[in-house]
Amino acid sequence: MATASSSFIDRRTVIDWLGIAPFMIFALMFLIVPTLYLVMGAFFTPDGQFTFKNIADLFTPTIMSAYWISIKVSFASSLGGALIGFFLAWAIVLGGLPSWIRSGLLTFSGVASNFAGVPLAFAFIATLGRTGLVTVFMRDWFGFNLYSTGFNLLSFVGLTVTYMFFQIPLMVLILTPALDGLKKEWREASEILGASTWQYWRMVAFPILWPSLLGTSLLLFANAFGAIATAYALTGSSLNIVPILLYAQIRGDVLHNPNLGYALALGMIVITGLSNILYIWLRMRAERWQK
Amino acid sequence: MKMTKFFAWLAIAIGLIYFFVPLLGTFEFSLRMRRGEYSFDAYDSVFSDVQFQQTFGFSILMALFTIAFGMLLVVPTAYWVRLRLPQMRPVVEFVTLMPLVIPAIVIVFGYLRLYNSSSYIPFTGSTFGTNVLLVMSYITLSLPYMYRSVDTAMRTIDVRTLTEAAEILGAKWPTILFKCIFPNVMSGVLSGAFITFAIVMGEFTMAALLNRPAFGPYLQLVGANKAYEPSALAVIAFAMTWLSMGLIQLVSRLSKMAPARSA
Repeated sequence: MATASSSFIDRRTVIDWLGIAPFMIFALMFLIVPTLYLVMGAFFTPDGQFTFKNIADLFTPTIMSAYWISIKVSFASSLGGALIGFFLAWAIVLGGLPSWIRSGLLTFSGVASNFAGVPLAFAFIATLGRTGLVTVFMRDWFGFNLYSTGFNLLSFVGLTVTYMFFQIPLMVLILTPALDGLKKEWREASEILGASTWQYWRMVAFPILWPSLLGTSLLLFANAFGAIATAYALTGSSLNIVPILLYAQIRGDVLHNPNLGYALALGMIVITGLSNILYIWLRMRAERWQK
Repeated sequence: MKMTKFFAWLAIAIGLIYFFVPLLGTFEFSLRMRRGEYSFDAYDSVFSDVQFQQTFGFSILMALFTIAFGMLLVVPTAYWVRLRLPQMRPVVEFVTLMPLVIPAIVIVFGYLRLYNSSSYIPFTGSTFGTNVLLVMSYITLSLPYMYRSVDTAMRTIDVRTLTEAAEILGAKWPTILFKCIFPNVMSGVLSGAFITFAIVMGEFTMAALLNRPAFGPYLQLVGANKAYEPSALAVIAFAMTWLSMGLIQLVSRLSKMAPARSA
């Protein structure tokens, strides 16, 4: 192809690039430019003057507390999701269970990881709400009032428990291939060398798995951080997490400064972006062992 | 070994309790509408609600448009990148994954500022324009899933040989695309379509902020105002997700049984 005349190359190159033009135009119009518009807007005053004031204003108590509770919920639900998800993935890969349990759990995980949003909130209200199944069951059968312990579904704990419903399956789906990648030979080799099960996990399996584990946890973190529908349907606007604050800001400029809203959005992009970059980097490390 | 098995069963038991109690709770709650006995009254109430029918219909329509236009965008792009622009592969893949990184609420916030009625491209100035913008936002949201499923399906066929064979036989570009490429990646197109359907039907943020009467905002509204209907709706939504995922599994199993025709 390189031997063809230059005009031919040019025409061919132009056609080549025209082929992905629709996609690029779409991406620019509906993904990149809208995002950049907000990012730029975060550094300007409403009159068009360059400023860092919007970013500085993020560090006021209301907004900081919103970020803090968002980070707490995302962290707790990703940690819980990672732990239980790991335990489940371990059980179906290495637990010696019948194979129908494995395929059943993986299919269910595919469904449950997509069962988010408003209906998920309804499911947990019907279960752990004030007249939910579990609440009523405990009260009638054990005389135990769940809500007297300070538990409230419309709170940090409630939201965390609810988010784990889609976090755990996601962890199972991503971690199962990683656990499948643990070769039997490694285990046998360490056993022959006299290692105990604990030593095998601590010195062989875990060092191989930790990039997958940590990386997936970061993915879960970002996943929870950007979610709004479940939280909004569950708590209305009583729990002040960042997506709900941003929702209120878009609806009615509750911060009384449109550009502060852009800064709020920028903060979200920075946090989800950072966790995703770390995830990609850890994933590349993890894949070295999965060949 | 015995210990391992015990802990494995323990893990499954914990998972089973965590996942099935909420589903059971929802189902039980949805039956409680009539005092003192179980009934399907809540479902009756849901299905006979005009707003349910309208928003459900609207969302199905939006989902179909999203799938049709999304696939028209994704399949030729994935094909072209494989055939002519392999060097652009990382870039295109990165772009398709961006909607997983940028939260939906941020994307729609950008739309509202960029395409409001006083801008150069006033999408939100008319109902039709807003609907178009909603479909575009859904395509954006489902881009990661559509692209990955189509690209995976394309990996199993030899795009280059197929194209050359068609060219030798005198086929033009539309023929190659719609008669050779599309049918061969049908399994990917279908599984991408089902997951897109599941996403669009439950989506809340985009539709609520663009003020369109979709199923997601309707769910939220019912949740804020009614007692038993939300549970019935959650059961229906779960059944729909299950159906979509079941169809994906079915498609992938069928496509495995019938090997690609190019092989």
